[in-house]
Amino acid sequence: MAEAVLEALETGRIPHARWVRISHWIVAASFLTLASTGVVILMAHPRLYWGDVGNDLTPALLELPISRNYKHNGWEKREPFFQESSSPISANRTYDIFNQNGWGRSLHFLAAWLLVVPGVVYLVLGISTRHFRLHIWPRSGELSPRHVWEDAIDHVHLRIPCATGGPQYGLLQKYSYTAVIFVALPLSVMTGLTMSPAITAAFPILLRVFGGFQSARTIHFVAFGALVLFVIAHVVMVVMSGFRRQMRAMIVGR
Amino acid sequence: METKRLITRRRALIAGAASFGGLLLPRYWKELPPTYGNILRMGDTLTYAAHRTLLPGQSLVREYTHQDITSFPATGTTNPADAKRPLSGAYRELQSGTFADWRLSIEGRVRSPQSFTLADLKRLPARTQITRHTCEEGWSAIGQWTGVPLSLVLNAAGILPTARFVVFYSFDDWVDSIDLLDALHPQTILAYGMNGRDLPIPHGAPVRLRVERQLGYKSMKYLHRIVLSDEFDDGGKKGNIQNGWAWYTGI
Repeated sequence: MAEAVLEALETGRIPHARWVRISHWIVAASFLTLASTGVVILMAHPRLYWGDVGNDLTPALLELPISRNYKHNGWEKREPFFQESSSPISANRTYDIFNQNGWGRSLHFLAAWLLVVPGVVYLVLGISTRHFRLHIWPRSGELSPRHVWEDAIDHVHLRIPCATGGPQYGLLQKYSYTAVIFVALPLSVMTGLTMSPAITAAFPILLRVFGGFQSARTIHFVAFGALVLFVIAHVVMVVMSGFRRQMRAMIVGR
Repeated sequence: METKRLITRRRALIAGAASFGGLLLPRYWKELPPTYGNILRMGDTLTYAAHRTLLPGQSLVREYTHQDITSFPATGTTNPADAKRPLSGAYRELQSGTFADWRLSIEGRVRSPQSFTLADLKRLPARTQITRHTCEEGWSAIGQWTGVPLSLVLNAAGILPTARFVVFYSFDDWVDSIDLLDALHPQTILAYGMNGRDLPIPHGAPVRLRVERQLGYKSMKYLHRIVLSDEFDDGGKKGNIQNGWAWYTGI
């Protein structure tokens, strides 16, 4: 039976299922909201760290010049807490920082609900309808480096096949969709939850898995970067393979 | 009609979502913060209701060791005496007397309203905890806090059975509240000591709140009054909600 299905997939044209189209646009809207509010939130404190702790009085792993808060130095009355010379200090902030987190954070979490709840439904349907097995996961024959290399060369030379208007995906396409659905997005959600003090009180294992609150925040940022790169590549490929055809296929399913 | 008896996927999903909503509503509808029709506040409320429904009630946050203590920024108000606020003068006077005349009043839905001096609070059983302070801005810091569990102080006044929220008033003219679940949490303390010394003024002297399962801005500094309330009090123009900030910040 599998052979017959595979045959049909490779030759015949099958449309995107309705639940796939709905999930696609919900996740697209949610991701765009999460990414833009995520940048707004990062602008309030554009410093990244590793471990559990990081603040303006401790060294940063990376500082991003994305708001007026970048290296602002508005600190006074530095006082050590203890006697020894290496003592941690306290300092008062005198600088009026950029901070739009009031709406930024609440909108971020609202959009996160829109990612998590439909995302779980999508994962359940993807398994139960065999969508992942038939269309998303690379098949055993496709795992060979030679196939991947050939597909990569085709992409470098911009030999992009015409749109099929359905889930008959190329090899790199399958790899990138697998990475987004099963690695980058779940990692974003898990590291996001690790930044919640109520959730890590209930599930302290999250802090151990990701190496601390600030490590989770940094991984959250790296996953964001990877997903933004994916979205750019995805949109470029949609345009190059036939924009109107692809959009119609993902909106009305024909 | 036979089709009507079929449990389709769509019907199962709708039934599931409806029963989940049904589980939440009767228990919480009286106790949810107002949203004023603002979709962002509705999202905050969904998060709050989900946390209260799905997370175990009194799990403790991680506590650290003395070596883990880090540098600690003081942000927001760093001295209420400097600010041109209604209580700045009163705070300046208390500060010059090293807070000997400071009083913390416990009022509202309690059996016997109380007024504690700093010495009164220090005579009650103390709790010392080394915890991570997590700011909404994105930074974190570890500090050691010494104080009296809020539950001891509230129970000394006698919480009336209808009380639902604990409202805090500060010298920098801010009003905020937490629910009783967070108020009675073992790590929720009224801290008068930080890193082994008296709480410094930039960090909230003489007494600040520590609510360890929420973000930093819920741990109010410079307390002078605590009111137990049956109803949700958003603090008006002096509170988070009307200033566009989430009331519940467990996330």
